[in-house]
Amino acid sequence: MGKVKPGPLARRPDNSAFQQQRLPAWSPMLTANTVLPFFYFMALICMLLGVWLLLTVQSTEELKLDYTEAGTCNLCFEKRKNVSNAAQPCICTAVFNIKKAFKGDVFFYYGLINFHQNLRRYMDSRDDAQMVGRKNNLKSPSSYCMPFDKDKNGVPIAPCGAVANSIFNDSFTLSYMSSSGSVRVPLLRKGISWYTDKNIKYRNPSTENMTLPQVFEGTAPPLYWQKPVYDLDPLDKNNNGFINDDLIVWMREAAFPSFKKLYGVLHRANKPFINGLPAGNYSVEISYNFPVQYFRGRKEVVLTTLTWFGGQNHFLPIAYLVTSCLILLIAILLTVFWFKFGKNGQNMEE
Amino acid sequence: MYSLERLPSSKERRQKQRTVVPSFNADEELSLLLKSYKGNKIRTSKYSLLSFLPKNLFEQLHRAANVYFIFLTALNFVPVVKAFQPEIAVIPIILVLAGTAVKDIWEDYHRYTSDRSINRLPCHVYSSKQQAYIEQHWQDVRVGDFVCLSSNEIIPADMLLLYSSDQRGVCYIETANLDGETTLKQRQVVSDLPLQGAESPLESFHSRIECENPNNDLSRFRGYVEHPSGLRVGLHNNNLLLRSCTVRNTETVVGIVVYAGHETKAMMNNSGPRYKRSQLESHLNTVVLWCVLLLFIMCLTAAIGHGLWLQNLRDPVFKVDTETSPALAGFYVFWTMIIVLQVLIPISLYVSIEVVKLGQVYFIHNDLALYHQQLDSRVQCRALNITEDLGQIQYLFSDKTGTLTENKMVFRRCSIYGVEYPHEENARRLEVYEADRSEEGSGRSGTPQSGRSRSLSCRHSSVSPHTLTAEEDEEEKLTNHSQPSARAFCSRVAKEVLPDPELVRKLNWFLSPALALSDGSSGAPSSLELTYITDFFLALAICNSVVVSSASRPPHVVCEEQTPLKSLEEIKTMFQRLSFSPFSALSILSPPPIKASPHSLAHRMFAPSNSTTDESESSLEGTLGTSGLSPKPDLSSRAMEGNSAQTAGREVQDDDGARQDAEDLTREEDCKSEANEELLYEAESPDEAALVHAAQAYCCTLRGRSAESLTVDLPGIGSLSVPLLHILPFDSDRKKMSVVVRHPLTGQVVVYTKGADSAIMDLTGAPTGAAGAQEICTHIREQTQNHLDSYAREGLRTLCIAKKVLEEEEYQVWLKGQLRAESSIESREELLTESALRLESSLTLLGSTGIVDRLQEEVPETIEALQKAGIKVWVLTGDKKETAVNIAYACKLLGPNDQLLTASCGSKDACAALLLELQREVDRSGVPAAGSPERCGSGGGAGFILVINGRTLDWALQDDLKEDFLLLSCSCKALLCCRSSPLQKSQVVRLVRDQLAVMTLAVGDGANDVSMIQVADVGIGISGQEGMQAVMSSDFAISRFKHLRKLLLVHGHWCYARLANMILYFIYKNVMFVNLLFWYQFFCGFSGSVMTNAWVLILFNLLFTSVPPLLCGILDRHTAAHTLMQRPQLYSASKVSVPRMFWVTVLDAFYQSLVCFFVPYCACAGSSVSVLSFGSPINASALLIILLHQVIESPTLTWIHALVWLLSAASYFGFVLLLGLFCVTCSPPTNPLGAETLQMSEPPFYIICALTTVTALIPRLLFRALFNTLHPSPAVLKSAQTDREDSGNYWRKRQRWNQSRPKNRLPVCADNPGLEPCSDTVS
Repeated sequence: MGKVKPGPLARRPDNSAFQQQRLPAWSPMLTANTVLPFFYFMALICMLLGVWLLLTVQSTEELKLDYTEAGTCNLCFEKRKNVSNAAQPCICTAVFNIKKAFKGDVFFYYGLINFHQNLRRYMDSRDDAQMVGRKNNLKSPSSYCMPFDKDKNGVPIAPCGAVANSIFNDSFTLSYMSSSGSVRVPLLRKGISWYTDKNIKYRNPSTENMTLPQVFEGTAPPLYWQKPVYDLDPLDKNNNGFINDDLIVWMREAAFPSFKKLYGVLHRANKPFINGLPAGNYSVEISYNFPVQYFRGRKEVVLTTLTWFGGQNHFLPIAYLVTSCLILLIAILLTVFWFKFGKNGQNMEE
Repeated sequence: MYSLERLPSSKERRQKQRTVVPSFNADEELSLLLKSYKGNKIRTSKYSLLSFLPKNLFEQLHRAANVYFIFLTALNFVPVVKAFQPEIAVIPIILVLAGTAVKDIWEDYHRYTSDRSINRLPCHVYSSKQQAYIEQHWQDVRVGDFVCLSSNEIIPADMLLLYSSDQRGVCYIETANLDGETTLKQRQVVSDLPLQGAESPLESFHSRIECENPNNDLSRFRGYVEHPSGLRVGLHNNNLLLRSCTVRNTETVVGIVVYAGHETKAMMNNSGPRYKRSQLESHLNTVVLWCVLLLFIMCLTAAIGHGLWLQNLRDPVFKVDTETSPALAGFYVFWTMIIVLQVLIPISLYVSIEVVKLGQVYFIHNDLALYHQQLDSRVQCRALNITEDLGQIQYLFSDKTGTLTENKMVFRRCSIYGVEYPHEENARRLEVYEADRSEEGSGRSGTPQSGRSRSLSCRHSSVSPHTLTAEEDEEEKLTNHSQPSARAFCSRVAKEVLPDPELVRKLNWFLSPALALSDGSSGAPSSLELTYITDFFLALAICNSVVVSSASRPPHVVCEEQTPLKSLEEIKTMFQRLSFSPFSALSILSPPPIKASPHSLAHRMFAPSNSTTDESESSLEGTLGTSGLSPKPDLSSRAMEGNSAQTAGREVQDDDGARQDAEDLTREEDCKSEANEELLYEAESPDEAALVHAAQAYCCTLRGRSAESLTVDLPGIGSLSVPLLHILPFDSDRKKMSVVVRHPLTGQVVVYTKGADSAIMDLTGAPTGAAGAQEICTHIREQTQNHLDSYAREGLRTLCIAKKVLEEEEYQVWLKGQLRAESSIESREELLTESALRLESSLTLLGSTGIVDRLQEEVPETIEALQKAGIKVWVLTGDKKETAVNIAYACKLLGPNDQLLTASCGSKDACAALLLELQREVDRSGVPAAGSPERCGSGGGAGFILVINGRTLDWALQDDLKEDFLLLSCSCKALLCCRSSPLQKSQVVRLVRDQLAVMTLAVGDGANDVSMIQVADVGIGISGQEGMQAVMSSDFAISRFKHLRKLLLVHGHWCYARLANMILYFIYKNVMFVNLLFWYQFFCGFSGSVMTNAWVLILFNLLFTSVPPLLCGILDRHTAAHTLMQRPQLYSASKVSVPRMFWVTVLDAFYQSLVCFFVPYCACAGSSVSVLSFGSPINASALLIILLHQVIESPTLTWIHALVWLLSAASYFGFVLLLGLFCVTCSPPTNPLGAETLQMSEPPFYIICALTTVTALIPRLLFRALFNTLHPSPAVLKSAQTDREDSGNYWRKRQRWNQSRPKNRLPVCADNPGLEPCSDTVS
């Protein structure tokens, strides 16, 4: 209220629009009159957007192959049922056919169904500080990782936690069966993670002339891992440790129990893959390691092309079209209604 | 000194009463005793530096909301159930606690500094070492110290007044700091003290003071002083100087401190601000309970879901905790979910409501329409948390005097000796004034009347900063004081009473020689009548507690310099002049011619009419009887009499005529010149002031007052000193006051009593005496009763004046009883009342007065509007039935077609029968009777007004009759309670409030309304003429009745609508957001995980969307102000019902959250979307939906709304983007690095958000449009239109004003033509 004014009317309130609650105001009177144009407009916009999205989605291709028990994999599936066989390798092959060529960039995903990466306890079971390369956390992982922070001998686990422990460890080799025999489809296995993840969020502890194995000395690999973390990618030394692309991709927990994660991108350098995947028969050779029967899960391989708004998902265009129709319907009803009641109602006089 | 045997052990003593002796006494034990009393240092601050943290935390933990927060936080520290990392979970509680703590520190610091400055105030304390008064701080004053104060100093502690520089041993204090009353109160030195008069005999003061233990009763103080001699002197309230009052008009005052510091009455009276629970808040509690139930259901669902889901799993890799059984895991999940969904219980709503109410109070406080220029006072909101109750009032109980009327009493007419004096001139003058005033009102000449603004201190500490500033203003005040400050009671209209010519003539008759020549048959007033007249005016002048001050002299000095009596010589000469004629004339009638002596003159003038009827009296009556002069002059014959008397006078007094005229003139001038001296009367009630002024108009002037005597000018005699023996002050039970004086001339002890007619008429028993006297008395009684009735019909306030002459022995007997009553400590009040009743019996009725009290402006309009708004207006007054009915007509409470039902009976049975009969009458009239009290609110037979008097009300309020009474009163349009006591007022309010379960509002201005104001749901005090007691106990204080209209119809309506909408919006927001998290549980195995970063989750409600609801609660105007004013019907109609709308809101919230969750879900299902990426569009669209929802729901959008929405959105997006850029490990399991930035850089984010927002809001939009199209309440439409016009006008005018200003500097008051434009109108 500020300072006290002098004079006889010292306590008189200010005659300002704010204090007298006379601020100029816009009152949105939502009657049929005002709402109808907006409804028609919205219907139109949604319609246009829906059609556009639909056209865009039509241009994408997607192929899903459930390989849990497909082809020769049913053997491996049975094998994995027994925990004692966990360490034994098992390789199987699944075959599929692409009827229409995939044009442009083709993305190779692995998919898991009914795998709850979004469980609260599971999600929490990780140590980002360790993954960002803090030495302290390397040797003494955060309590979030419990009970996957130390192995039986009390050696700290790197990377610790349930998420890292349960990493998807099947690997795939895709081959194109052309008339001239089987051609291996080249996949780019790097650059499949987010830029920020690869460069900021996940770092190896500073090496200072030490080799990676030296850095990770005194740590144990996670319980279910067969290889230590510094040896994940035998082909590329720089793709090891915490900055391994597969690890990073896995560590970003999926939102739903059925999800897919990027495995590789088609390398379009050589024929016949310069324009994408040609139509024809393909086989995928799988190193079958990941057990899914415990949670009644399925595994699949997904090949897809992407557009500017993601993969093949018909929901959005259809939703837009449906919404548009709904709004239009409502608008029309409202118009009828308005003609009947509003117009001759004396209340609507301007 | 006292031997120790005489003193009970100190422990025992302290339980009953406290002993105070001078601090310099030698006695060890007594010194210890004194030390055990609290010192004068006050500490209203609650905390010290060390104790702050624990104490404040402890206090805050007493609040349920905080306990809930703490519980959640603690829960989060249990590893198995924790939902977020602990440091995030403590954010809400830290924020709330810290916010409150900062507020507490700030307040406490202010208290501390004000305490310190008060404690450091200087005062003069007697030091026995230095044998002088030395300056000390207030805080060093102890019980038993002698403190010396001079004029205008503030009293540092409760002290017993021992010495005053005033010769009469009185001192004046102003209690404005205590109760806001600016009138001076007189305090008396303890009687029989050797101290008075002597210079500094403090060393010799060895008396012991025994008084009550400290208590908070301001008006009671009991105790006694025991002198070393063993003499005991009673102490009472009049001897006590209260802390934080101001000494006025007394040079030096010495007192001994009896209570210090926190034990003073002022400090013990400090209670915190009022806290009332509003009705909406209790609705809110049920709503919150529903929320709790909802939360419980959701958590239970999750718990059961998780348990079942776990059972179907064997040993997957993603199951971290393999040992826990599904049931136990489900149990854990239950608690986790409580943490996750905690915002569902709108705890922060309570904080928000407090903030909102502050805002609402701010706007009410700042409303120009509720500002009263004359008093320079705004509306005061003393209770901060019941603003919305103003919008739900169903019953309004109003006092009459000072509430509906001005309470500016103006003497209008009187009746003496059964003769009515209509004072026509006076009436005309009042009308003229009225016209003047209305012109004034419409014009611009409103200058505040009082030079000093009244103000109230609502602070906690007794000596508020107010006092301190007051001290700074001291000089200003002093100068003010010397000027004739026009006190409210002494307004021009009240002072200038035009005397009735007839009465003047009669008075003159007595004094002028003309009387000599007139004989009884010519209609000259009989000497008995003259006696009555003079007695009447003397009673008017002295039977009061008015304090006199004049422009030139401060009150206590008034008249002390002049000789109270004219010298004997003068009297003699005067008498000789008189004895020429008047007494010869009289002596014709009275057989023994009285020799000239002032005593006998007085005997004549004040002939004892009662028990001391002497022969002259009876013979006089005898002669009157025989002479055929009708002793029953009536109205019709009076004018004729007057005429004939005049002509007769003129005929006979040829030679004296000129002289008499001249004398008349000079006398009148005399009177005038005396009046011009500007005596200022400060009265406790305006009635008294009016009567004193009336007496003054007849040259019967009260000149001064001291404790022992009153100085009165009498016409023709001059100043007389009337020894004052006792004052029996007014109280509302007795309904009268009396003074006991020794008559200056006759030397008899006379009691003058004035009071309500009901109280007096019963007591004017038939005098024991001659039959003639008895006859006259009964005649006077009858006549006066007639006049009283006619006055009441006119709407005048009536008072009766009576007197009684006491025999000396009689007086002595009574005096003994009175003294015993005064000095008793126990049951003093009862004894005093008893004593007063003994005195006030078998009185002689002198006459009655009619005082006019005009209606306040716009009262009829206001009452009409309130009734249209569906509020039942009941008037509860202490006035007579006729007065009440008349006022009710005047203020349109009663229409011309309304039928009056009068309930007045003498016994309970009669009352029961009467109630039934009246009910039958109401039923007969065909008005649908309310079948049960529950139906009362709806129906209400228009056209019936129940008038009930106090005694009948007593019966009606008893348990077995109250049902009938309520039933009857409900079927009436209004109820008038007349002659009701304060207690009855509150009983009626309580009855209606409890039995009908309705919202009640009581409005009043005086101390007699306090109980009613406190009982009602909303108490409104009118800061009027009768002090501040009503205001102090009220929730809102206004200055005029008409302000109620805007306060209720506009502010009440707004506040309620705003708050109701805010609550609904708040709950909607919470349910909507929380459900998003709940739906996600179906996809994560009910494990309690969330798709959002914990920071965002916590801050979403706490920060990003916390301000928009406040806007809703503070700024929204659902209907324009003038529409509400013009259409009071809107008050009760168009109310938001919170409990009903709650479910609609919750359903809508469910729908919106479904859309908001499942559209993104469907769009992302099966893709490689990560948890946080999935949450990003959901949060963003939730925010958009919540904000846009308010846009749809808001009736008015101002730039502030726009700004807040922009800031809310900006803060959210800014926060998540920054978090996405920098948070690498800041929020361990859910580090959102890169997620948001990536999401927002891709089109799907926007496509999803757009679809979600549109789909979610369509139903609400459609509903609104349909509703407004179908039910376009014209008011709403019109308001929208006019609102637009309004603001358009405003802008246009403002523009014009801006343009015109540089040119001609013409102040244009853009939109308040009623107000005088001032230079900064639009700012």
